[in-house]
Amino acid sequence: MAKLAAVLASTHHPFYLKATTAPVGEQIPQAAEWKRKVEAYRQTLTRANPDILVMVGSDHFHQLFLDNYPTFLIGRAPRYDATFYNEEREFGIPKYVLEGHEDLSGFMHRGLIDRNFDFAFSNELKIDHSIICPIITTRPQADLPIVPIYANIFAPPLPSPKRYWELGRAIREIIDAYPSDRRIAAIGTGHLSLELGGPRQFGEHGPDPEFDRRAVQWLAAGDIESILDQVTLESLARAGNATHGFLALIVMLGVAGAERADYVDTLDLYHTMEAYFTWYPKGASA
Amino acid sequence: MVPERGVSMSKYYVNKFLYTVDSDPELLKQYGENPRALVARWEQSIGPRLNDYEITTVTSLSDSEREALVAHDYVALFEMGAHFFLSLSIFIGLYEDEWTHKYGPLSFQREFAARLQSWKGREYPSVEA
Repeated sequence: MAKLAAVLASTHHPFYLKATTAPVGEQIPQAAEWKRKVEAYRQTLTRANPDILVMVGSDHFHQLFLDNYPTFLIGRAPRYDATFYNEEREFGIPKYVLEGHEDLSGFMHRGLIDRNFDFAFSNELKIDHSIICPIITTRPQADLPIVPIYANIFAPPLPSPKRYWELGRAIREIIDAYPSDRRIAAIGTGHLSLELGGPRQFGEHGPDPEFDRRAVQWLAAGDIESILDQVTLESLARAGNATHGFLALIVMLGVAGAERADYVDTLDLYHTMEAYFTWYPKGASA
Repeated sequence: MVPERGVSMSKYYVNKFLYTVDSDPELLKQYGENPRALVARWEQSIGPRLNDYEITTVTSLSDSEREALVAHDYVALFEMGAHFFLSLSIFIGLYEDEWTHKYGPLSFQREFAARLQSWKGREYPSVEA
């Protein structure tokens, strides 16, 4: 069976590349520290020596729109283009072509359906920054095949937080059952408290530092009980109108299981708290 | 016509405007230079498109939505429940460079937030379309 070598969960800040590659005189004050932290986080993937990446993200109205917006979608393509015009324009993110892994995509899709997740699917998917940001931060050589999974985190109505946890659990079971000797890493990104297009956006910190503090504790401790007890769609909205991105991090905790994270780091930036978590599932030789 | 249904369909159509214009550099440029002409063109020949051949006949903008789009009025769009991500992205696309040049990095984003201050601490208009 396949080995789940590592589970990584982080925020995705689309300005990371721009912020850390600008001429030194134009960089934000935290740029050097940010780069150090991201490179340390990258090491947690590198040392797991993965062969395939299962990537959990969310399309931000790039290919997917409100005429036909899937709650959960899996890519089943041999290759994926990435980065849309408006992401290049706003974030300065370059274009990529990522290899897909059709066999694991197909196995994952069947396994999800068999576990009562009736996924939408795409045979022609262009990937957006929710998956390219973690490629840039954790695997910038972009040399591994991916299985992209999208979870809706911002076009309501959304499923309950518990459903995202259960999705993560299902993904984990399917990876563990995949008949292959490959080493798989699961990488997902979302947000802590975040406001976009509202009165609390682009402040000195994230819109709700208290939520951020608790969210980091919950994820670090693998404390799904507290999350499911205290986090609702409404409480997330109170912490910032885009804080539902936390749901994607709940998926990743589901993949890891209710376990203490092996690696935790944070960075208080303008606009958001950045956070980086890695789990090495028991039995994985990291 | 049932008014509630009309409102909901129309919120979708405002989002469709923001989505299609933000993702096309030529449309975005025209929206910056001559918003009234671009909105009129969009309503005639872009908004109705389902694909290269099929069109939809059941959607339209209300007068207040049309005026908010023509005026680049992101406060009104917020209050109508236009999706925050689409609205932020398109107006950053239109204004960020100019504001950064005049007032420094993130100045436009902070102005955007400042103009919405009366919503702080209140429940925002729903973006559910």
